Amino acid sequence: MKAGPLRGKRILVAKPGLDGHDIGAKVIAIALRDAGAEVIYTGLRKTPESIAKIAIEEDVDAVGLSILSGSHRELVRDTIRCLADLHGHNVPLFVGGTIPVEDRPELLSLGVRRIFTSEMKLSDVVDSIVAALR
Amino acid sequence: MSQRSELNAVTDDKDLPPPSEFTASGISLPLVAIATDHAPRGEGEPGRAPYTRGIFADGYRGRLWTMRQYAGFGTAEESNQRYKFLLAQGQTGLSVALDLPTQCGYDPTDSLARPEIGKVGVSLSNLSEMETLFEGIDLGGISTSFTINGTAAIIYAMYVACADKQGVPRRKLTGTIQNDILKEYVARGTWIFPVRPSMRLIADTILYSNDETPRFNPISIAGAHVRDAGATAVEEMAYTLANGLAYVDELISRGGNIEKFAKRLSFFFYVHMDFFEEVCKFRAGRRLWARLLQERYKVTDDKALHFRFGVVCGGSSLTAAQPYNNVVRVAVETMAAVLGGAQSIFTAAFDEASQIPTEFSAQLALRTQQIIAYESGISKSVDPLGGSHLVEFLTDKTEGEILKVLTEIDEHGGVVKAIEDGWLQSRIAERAYERKMSVDERRTIVIGVNAFTGKEEVQSGESFRLDPEIAKRVSSRCEVVKEKRDNDAVARALARLSDAASRDNANLLPYLVDCCHTYATVGEMVAELKKLWGGFKEPIRV
Repeated sequence: MKAGPLRGKRILVAKPGLDGHDIGAKVIAIALRDAGAEVIYTGLRKTPESIAKIAIEEDVDAVGLSILSGSHRELVRDTIRCLADLHGHNVPLFVGGTIPVEDRPELLSLGVRRIFTSEMKLSDVVDSIVAALR
Repeated sequence: MSQRSELNAVTDDKDLPPPSEFTASGISLPLVAIATDHAPRGEGEPGRAPYTRGIFADGYRGRLWTMRQYAGFGTAEESNQRYKFLLAQGQTGLSVALDLPTQCGYDPTDSLARPEIGKVGVSLSNLSEMETLFEGIDLGGISTSFTINGTAAIIYAMYVACADKQGVPRRKLTGTIQNDILKEYVARGTWIFPVRPSMRLIADTILYSNDETPRFNPISIAGAHVRDAGATAVEEMAYTLANGLAYVDELISRGGNIEKFAKRLSFFFYVHMDFFEEVCKFRAGRRLWARLLQERYKVTDDKALHFRFGVVCGGSSLTAAQPYNNVVRVAVETMAAVLGGAQSIFTAAFDEASQIPTEFSAQLALRTQQIIAYESGISKSVDPLGGSHLVEFLTDKTEGEILKVLTEIDEHGGVVKAIEDGWLQSRIAERAYERKMSVDERRTIVIGVNAFTGKEEVQSGESFRLDPEIAKRVSSRCEVVKEKRDNDAVARALARLSDAASRDNANLLPYLVDCCHTYATVGEMVAELKKLWGGFKEPIRV
C-alpha cells in the first residue's frame, strides 16, 4: 500500500450515463492512487443503480462521479437516491466534470461534498478530498 | 465565494519561465533555424505529390475552406431553427451534433437514455426526426457533416432515406460522416459493438457510399478526440494515420479498390495553441499519408493520395476561466489551420468549455474565421510559410517523430490489438496526467488558469438553458412513430438486416436504408445487430 494522505481509503471513480469522456476520471484515478488511495474505476456507461451497488459491495470510503455530458443534475440525484436505497446515505459523494457554476448550489444542497472542474490543480483536488474524509 | 476561487489562488506572475526551446510535443527547436536544418528544397510544389505545400495548386484561390460550425441540441425543430440561423449568417456547411443516446444506439424511450436526451446534440431516433431536422433545407444544395461513429452506418442510411423522401438524387449528396470507430475505443467512448464487426460496418458504409453517393465522404478519420484527451500533436497525427491504414487494410480485405476508395477518405484534427507545431503537423501528415499510400500500397492516382482534412479549433485548449480569452485562442488556432491547408474549419465558441454556445457566441466564432478568410489576407498565396527554415525543419522533424510512433504501434501488433488490450488507452491516460501536471506545476502556461488569473472572475453574461421538458417530448414522439408506422414492414426489414449481418460477404447498407424507410428506430437496428455481434468489452486499465 502506498504512503500518502489517502492511505487506507478505498475510492470508487465512476462514469454514470452515456458520456464517453473518461480522461478526467482516469487522471483523477491516477492522482488518488498517487496519494495512497485504493481506486476502483468502473469504466464507461454505468447506471446510478450499478454504481451504488458497487459502492456498497466494495465498502468504499467515497464515490466520485465524472460527468461531462450536461446530465449531472439527473445523474447525481439518481445516484444519491440509489445509494440511500442501499443504506449508503453516508458515503461521501464528489462530482467532477463540466458543471456550470449556476448548477453547483443545487448539487451541493443534494449532499455532494465537493465539485471539481478540470482547471483545478490535482493537488488541490486531493487535499480537498482528504479534508472532506477526515 | 465560488468553488474556483476557493481552490485557485491568485497567481504570482513575476516568476514566469522564458519561452521554452521545446514544442508542446517535446521537439527541440533551434534558436535560429538555418538552411542546413532541413532537406534542401524538400517542400516541393503545391498540387504535386507528396503535397507538403497543399493538395491543390491554386490553394484557397481555387476554393476557400468550408466554414462548418458544429451545432445541434434538444429537438429536431430547435436544431432546424439553429441551422437556418447559421446558414443565414453565411455558414457554408452544416455540422450535426447528435445526442448521446443516438450516438450509443439507445432510443429515447430507453431508461439509460432519459437523462441524456438532447443534451450534447439533437436526438434522431428515426427518419421522421431527420425529416424534421432538415425541413426547408435542400439536401441537394448543402453539405452536411455528422459527428457520428457507433451508429454512423445507420445515420448515414437515414440521410440517404431522407434524401429519397425529399426527392433529391443520391448522387447529389455531399457531406461527411465521422464513422471512425477506432478512436472511439481510445477516447470519446461511443462504441457499441466489438472492434471487428465495427470495422466491417465501416468498410460496408464506405464501399456503399462510393457507389451510391460518390460525392459524400463516408469517413473522417479523426485524431481530434485522442488529441483533446491528452495526446500530443505528433501522437494525434500518428494514431490517425495508423487508424487510417487499418481502415485501408479492412477495405482491401472486403474487396475495395484503393485507387477508388482512397479518394473519399478524409481526416479530422484539433488545432491547439502551439502555432508552428500545428502548421507543421498538417504539412508533415499530408506528406506522410501520400508517401505511405505510394510505398505500401503502390497507389498511383494523384487524387487518391490527397490528404483532405477538417479541423476544430478550441476544445481543451479553451478555458472556463476568463472565457473571453478563448476568442483570441480560436483566432490564433484558425490561422494555424489555414496556414496548414485545412479544407474545413470549425471554430469553437468561447463559452464552449462550459456550456452549449449561445447565438451570440456561435456567431462570434463564425465571424472569427470570416475575418481571417476575407480580411487577413493569409489565404491569398498557397502555403505562405513554405520555405521558411523553421517551418521546413519542423515539418521534417515532425514527420520523423510520427514515423517513430507508427513503428511503436506496429511493434505492439497493430492498432486494433493496441485498442483491444487497452495499451493505447493507457498511453493516452498517462499523457493526459502528464499534461495536467505540467499545467499544475506551471511548466505549461495557460493564461487565466495558472498565470494572470487576476482577482476578479469575469463570467460571460448570457447562458444557454435547455428546455427541461425535451426528454418527455422526444420520447413520446418516438412512441407515436412506433404506433403509426407499418410494424409488419419494420419487422420484415429488421429480419432481412439480421440475415444479411449473419452473412459475412453481404454489405449491410442497403438493408439499413430499407429499415430507415420503414421508420425503424436506431435502437431497434442496433439491438438486432447486437444479438449477433454482442457488445464491446471495455478493457479497464488505469
